[in-house]
Amino acid sequence: MKKFLFSFLCVLSGLLFGALILKLSGISPIEAYTVMWNGAISKPSYIAYIIIRSTPLILTGLSVAFAFRTGLFNIGSEGQFIMGALSAAFFGYFFNFNPWIQIPLVLMLAVFISSLYGGLAGFMKALFGVHEVISTIMLNWIALYFSNYMVLHDGFHKANTETSEFINPSTSITILENWKSSDAGLEWLGQHPLISDFLRPSINAGIFLAILAVIIIWLLLKKTTFGFKLKAVGLSPEAARYAGINVNKKMTQSMMIAGGLSGLAGATHVMGVSKNVAILAAHEGYGFDGIAVSLIGSNAPFGSMIAGFFLGALKYSGQKIQSALEAPSEVISIMIGAIIFFIAIPVIFERPINKILKLWEKK
Amino acid sequence: MRDLFFLFSTTLMYSTPLIFTALGGVISEKSGVINIGLEGMMTMGAFSASLVAIKTGNPWLGLMAGGLGGLALAIFHAIASIKYKGNQVVSGMAINFLGSGIAIFLCRLFFDGTSMTPPLDLEKKIPSFFGQYATVYLALLATLFIWIILNKTVLGLRLISVGEHPKSADAAGLNVSLYKTIGVLSSGFLAGIGGASLSIAIVSNFRPTLISGQGFIAIAALIFGKWRPVQTSIACLFFGLSQALVIFLGGREDIHISSQLLSILPYVLTLLILVGFMGKTTSPSALGE
Repeated sequence: MKKFLFSFLCVLSGLLFGALILKLSGISPIEAYTVMWNGAISKPSYIAYIIIRSTPLILTGLSVAFAFRTGLFNIGSEGQFIMGALSAAFFGYFFNFNPWIQIPLVLMLAVFISSLYGGLAGFMKALFGVHEVISTIMLNWIALYFSNYMVLHDGFHKANTETSEFINPSTSITILENWKSSDAGLEWLGQHPLISDFLRPSINAGIFLAILAVIIIWLLLKKTTFGFKLKAVGLSPEAARYAGINVNKKMTQSMMIAGGLSGLAGATHVMGVSKNVAILAAHEGYGFDGIAVSLIGSNAPFGSMIAGFFLGALKYSGQKIQSALEAPSEVISIMIGAIIFFIAIPVIFERPINKILKLWEKK
Repeated sequence: MRDLFFLFSTTLMYSTPLIFTALGGVISEKSGVINIGLEGMMTMGAFSASLVAIKTGNPWLGLMAGGLGGLALAIFHAIASIKYKGNQVVSGMAINFLGSGIAIFLCRLFFDGTSMTPPLDLEKKIPSFFGQYATVYLALLATLFIWIILNKTVLGLRLISVGEHPKSADAAGLNVSLYKTIGVLSSGFLAGIGGASLSIAIVSNFRPTLISGQGFIAIAALIFGKWRPVQTSIACLFFGLSQALVIFLGGREDIHISSQLLSILPYVLTLLILVGFMGKTTSPSALGE
């Protein structure tokens, strides 16, 4: 309850800070927030777009949150995402089985490879004392250039483009993809405009995987000895070691799971939305946004889910103030920054939170 | 010979933003405050330098503005880390979002909704001497200057003592918060200059992807350089060399190496060297507290 209240107050303050910035630049904050609100919920397709936007954010947020619980700061979510996306695109193009085999197989391979990649950072910390913040920064760049190298490689590179070949249709997790454009589908959708509008974006099964991952990680942390040990390492590595927990092993395992989750984010993005990977000039920010998601969700699984939807909605609807009001959509980054800034200094909300909690108890 | 000279001068050019920024990181971390927000401070510096250079036509005013832009963000970091004793890593991440957000936001307000500043005329850029931008010499001077400050002056020794043993420093009558604030604000100023040395010297405008991770590489360089100014600058030269190599080999017909694979090299080397440093942590002992 206290944590939720704290996150809520931070978000509120961040939104107010954003309003202040807009006001100072001569843009009406009320108008801007109205545009954003309508731009987020007034049409089924908007909601679908938000779900698509939120899926990778929930997973990268979960990844960062999980590593945080073991006392590790996973800045490497970005690189693990790239590895997952690349693997999904690669195996999705070169393998072509029945979808019932193809989809789980490609997903598993992508998660496996990215978990090894994440585990590498944990391993280097455990064995060589290399701080995970530094190793993952390096690994992010290695992943980016490696992915670019693979995309440009003969046999995988789509000629005359900046992208790889498209994955086989059997790898796609987009919902009702073929039916949507079939005659029967078009006819049915013509009679059901709301559902038709909702299905217009490439809404995909990734969101179910993300929610499933949230539940599994929650169970893991809450109900298993393994999760308990991980949390013990996070709270105090020394005490955990004294209690007989193999701290080094737990760090590596934790980073492997975190890597797998970020990789799953990349894989669902490729299999559900982009269908290929492109040359990257710079990091796309899925991992960094995951850090924001994790922090806003107070590093908890369900917190990450709510924060993921929130950030997805914010980022999607934030674009719309650009065209509607000519207000720079970067105000969204400023808001996110402000929210995280408030999260860094819990002291300032201690008093109001205690007051609210007291009022609550009196009731 | 000409090739060697080309490599040498390109290395110096690309190391410059990293050197300023990493030196800033050294000062902040020596005073005991983790600064993971260097990236955002660089971005802010790059934009404000470009803005002022365009509006005034004077690159030196631009360079100053770059430093002040970074410093402005550092004030937030100082408030969170020192005044409210908050989580420094989280605050640093906030600075990164704020830095790029504010820079591009202001860019759109000042330049009709575009996220890039218009290019600077050649004569309004930082001037070159002997084939190198003035900022290159400044970066080398800054290394020396900061080495002297940290090792030979009372200010530097106090700054270090605050980062190593804040309680003893306090007991000895030092104003701990003051020295930490000096550390954080100078790091913002230097990171801002680092960003400026990109936007008004190496290239001629600000754009959203200009910094793209260099602030983080600066952090790697300072750990690589074990929090010492001279070694840190050498680490930056190493990263600069690898960037120069990519450009050098990419421009030659007779050598066929994937520039993508070549770009991986410095990061892999850094990891290998860090693994080799095994167990030797030399970070200030009260870092992050």
